[in-house]
Amino acid sequence: MIVLSDVLILAAILFSISVAGIFINRKNVIILLMCIELMLLSVNMNFIAFSHFLHDINGQIFVFFILTVAAAESAIGLAILVVLFRNRQTINVDDLDSMKG
Amino acid sequence: MFEQIIFYIFAGLLILSASMVITVRNPVMAALFLVLSFFSSAAIWLLLEAEFLAIALVLVYVGAVMVLFLFVIMMLDVNLAPLREGFARHLPFGLAVAVLMMIAMGLVVNSSYFRSEGMAAQVSFGPGYSNTTELGQVLYTDYLYPFEIAGAILLVAIIAAISLTTRKPRSTKTQQPGLQVQVRKKDRLRIIKMDAEKQ
Amino acid sequence: MMENMENVYLWIVLSPLAGSIIAGLFGKVIGRRGAHWVAIIGVGISCILSLLAYKYIVFDGGDIYNAAVYTWVVSGNVSFEIGFLIDKLSVTMMAVVSFVSWMIHIYTIGYMHDDPGYQRFFSYISLFTFSMLMLVMSNNFLQLFFGWEAVGLVSYLLIGFWFKRESAIFASLKAFLVNRVGDFGFLLGIAAVLMYFNTLDYATVFSQAPELAGTTITIFEGHAWSLMTVICICLFIGAMGKSAQVPLHVWLPDSMEGPTPISALIHAATMVTAGIFMVARMSPLYEFSETALSFILIIGAVTAFSMGLLGLVQNDIKRVIAYSTLSQLGYMTVALGASAYAAAIFHLVTHAFFKALLFLAAGSVIIVLHHEQDMRKMGGLYKYMPITWLTCLIGSLASIGFPGTSGFFSKDAIIEAVHTSTLPGAEFAYYAVLSCVLITALYSFRLFFLTFHGEERMDKETWQHLHEAPAVVTVPLSVLAIPSLIIGAWLIGPMLFQGYFGDAIYVADKHDVLAEVGQDYHGILGFTAHAFKHPPVYLAFAGVFLAWLFYIRFPQLPGRIANALKPLYQMLVHKYGCDAFNQVVFAGGTRGIGRILWQIGDVRVIDGLIVNGSALTVRWFSGVVRQVQSGYLYHYAFTMIIGLLILLAVFVHKIFQGG
Repeated sequence: MIVLSDVLILAAILFSISVAGIFINRKNVIILLMCIELMLLSVNMNFIAFSHFLHDINGQIFVFFILTVAAAESAIGLAILVVLFRNRQTINVDDLDSMKG
Repeated sequence: MFEQIIFYIFAGLLILSASMVITVRNPVMAALFLVLSFFSSAAIWLLLEAEFLAIALVLVYVGAVMVLFLFVIMMLDVNLAPLREGFARHLPFGLAVAVLMMIAMGLVVNSSYFRSEGMAAQVSFGPGYSNTTELGQVLYTDYLYPFEIAGAILLVAIIAAISLTTRKPRSTKTQQPGLQVQVRKKDRLRIIKMDAEKQ
Repeated sequence: MMENMENVYLWIVLSPLAGSIIAGLFGKVIGRRGAHWVAIIGVGISCILSLLAYKYIVFDGGDIYNAAVYTWVVSGNVSFEIGFLIDKLSVTMMAVVSFVSWMIHIYTIGYMHDDPGYQRFFSYISLFTFSMLMLVMSNNFLQLFFGWEAVGLVSYLLIGFWFKRESAIFASLKAFLVNRVGDFGFLLGIAAVLMYFNTLDYATVFSQAPELAGTTITIFEGHAWSLMTVICICLFIGAMGKSAQVPLHVWLPDSMEGPTPISALIHAATMVTAGIFMVARMSPLYEFSETALSFILIIGAVTAFSMGLLGLVQNDIKRVIAYSTLSQLGYMTVALGASAYAAAIFHLVTHAFFKALLFLAAGSVIIVLHHEQDMRKMGGLYKYMPITWLTCLIGSLASIGFPGTSGFFSKDAIIEAVHTSTLPGAEFAYYAVLSCVLITALYSFRLFFLTFHGEERMDKETWQHLHEAPAVVTVPLSVLAIPSLIIGAWLIGPMLFQGYFGDAIYVADKHDVLAEVGQDYHGILGFTAHAFKHPPVYLAFAGVFLAWLFYIRFPQLPGRIANALKPLYQMLVHKYGCDAFNQVVFAGGTRGIGRILWQIGDVRVIDGLIVNGSALTVRWFSGVVRQVQSGYLYHYAFTMIIGLLILLAVFVHKIFQGG
């Protein structure tokens, strides 16, 4: 039998991996976006686990909405990326410092 | 017992593929490993009796979002060498943060805070149970307005993505009647005096 | 009749105001002639009605009018009202003020004939008449203060009338500022009245005064002062400013920068007597404070004597008269201090006429000599200007107290009253005013001889055009000369000894020096004969004789005496150093404090430290903080993740602590 903490630990590992991914791949925007997808996945995993173990369908509803918003976010993120590349010929995060104070 | 084995297999696959996502050199490979990790988590969700979402994850994410990622990666001619700079240098720090976070979350999960010890023995739903029906019944009643808003958000996202990326067509030629009316002879015609050219 | 009288009083006050507004705001429209007609008619109505009111109250024994005509503000128990108190005291003042003012309006037509600010001038002097009437007719302290400040304002405007002259601007500012010093005390006095009496109405205050006479207040720890003394001295400080008593006298000589009609109207006849009037009006308060009375007595005596001396060394004809005014105001103040309020008012009335007369005569001379004011460039004018000569002679005789003239009666009454008074300081005051009689005679006839007799020292061109002044100048002169001669003899009996003022002036029995003097009073002739038994008359004659000796018989003598007594002479020429002292200590001190506040307070502390300092601090701080804003996406992401980690750690810590 799967127990709740198994799933939670799995989600935690997934989340930590994506955090590490953000640190490691700090220059590649595409990989950063992928890491964000992984983070959202781990969150969703938690929601579904609790939903399952508590017999509460509302958790899945939240997953549904998170998927929706994540899809929208990645679509816009990629669109921005395309525009960025078109203007700068690069997606290197180091070159994007016009917000510098 | 069987479920546990399957869970561990897919959990291992998920962790492995996620690790590959953050470490492989080629973004295309990373995207493909991401697809793999989505697949394995969808399998775990099936184990957790969230069938609809598992299928949706595969269809929406793997079918649409990941393909979008692949498209973008392939479309942009990205020079990969500078993007890999400092990979080894930042690895220890990233790992340290990840491990710290892992330990902290593990401590939380294993404490009595969630009272999760007794939750292992949940009775599964019977064969007649339809996850989709259950979800739909809640979604279209209690969550009707959020559902509509989610639809609107998707629409906005579509429009935003299109408007961000469309280029104005460069070579359109249109008439401007105002300028045509205003034009005078001296703007267009220049009369010069010169000697006749001899062959 | 009562109903009618209220209307009459309103007309008296408002018609000069109407004239002023029309002449001031519509001067361009109505022109020069229009302006002077409007102003003269306005003040004329006021004058005639004032004389009617005078007749009604004094001769017909009409009712005293005391009522509010308009309530301005009611705040709690205190109401601020505009009202009139018309009794014999105020009606006398009204008659004098409006009559002298009317004469001067007429005289101004001639004097200001060529001035570009003709309409403005008429507007100002009508406004002055209005303000002065408001002052004397008021039945409460608020309106008194309004009139007080309004006459101060008009005085400022008129001294600086020729605003292109730097000296005029300086003089007007000086007058304004010195008066502010006095007003400060005046305002404190009014505030004290309001605080302890809870009302500003005269009648109520006076009726409560006996009850509060024993009250003491503590301003500084350990010194308890009588409330009445504090109030009276504060109010008197106001009077010192307005009536130019030492040490607040410095503005009056400088005020001669204004046109001569103004010197006559404001700075001799009416405005400067506001302080005298005010103290007389407040007699029910002053009678409860012997300290204040002694204070007044000494201030008045010092003013009378020291300012008279200064008149001896001045060469500007108007300044001599100005110092003479100061000295005469000193007499009035002495009379107030000796509780001889009636004598003070009596002298005020006579002085108003003969001083206005003197000023106008001086103005007449100045006009004829093309605005030459230096007496060293005059002389021998009696041949060319007989009317001016005669009127000036009458004015001078009145001012020295020649027996039979108006000044004689009033001045002698004051001297006798002081002689009788037993207040502390009365003896000193008596000798001061006595010696001042000699000085008065000396400077008055010095002026007279230098101007009208002796060698003709004016330049040739002026000399060729000498003639008598026009009728608009000589008629008011003649009209003023008559009361200067006879008003003393006419008024002395009723005003001083026969209870003329009735309840308007209150004198405590033990202070009532006039009653004591009055025991010897047996008619005008008796009074005159009696005077020959006392020194003042002989002193006056001696003064005239000395003046004749110095300025006609031996004209070189004054120069030699001045050389012999050089330190004294220098002190007089420098006016005891009052001006220099004020200039250095007060004006310089104020400028110094201003500069310190400007450079340290404003530039360094406010601008440097607070305004620019806070901006610099913000800039420095943001300079530090902006280092955080690297602009790199991953820095922000790291910050978020590390923050998340910290929150998580806190969370874990709490779980294991609590759990």
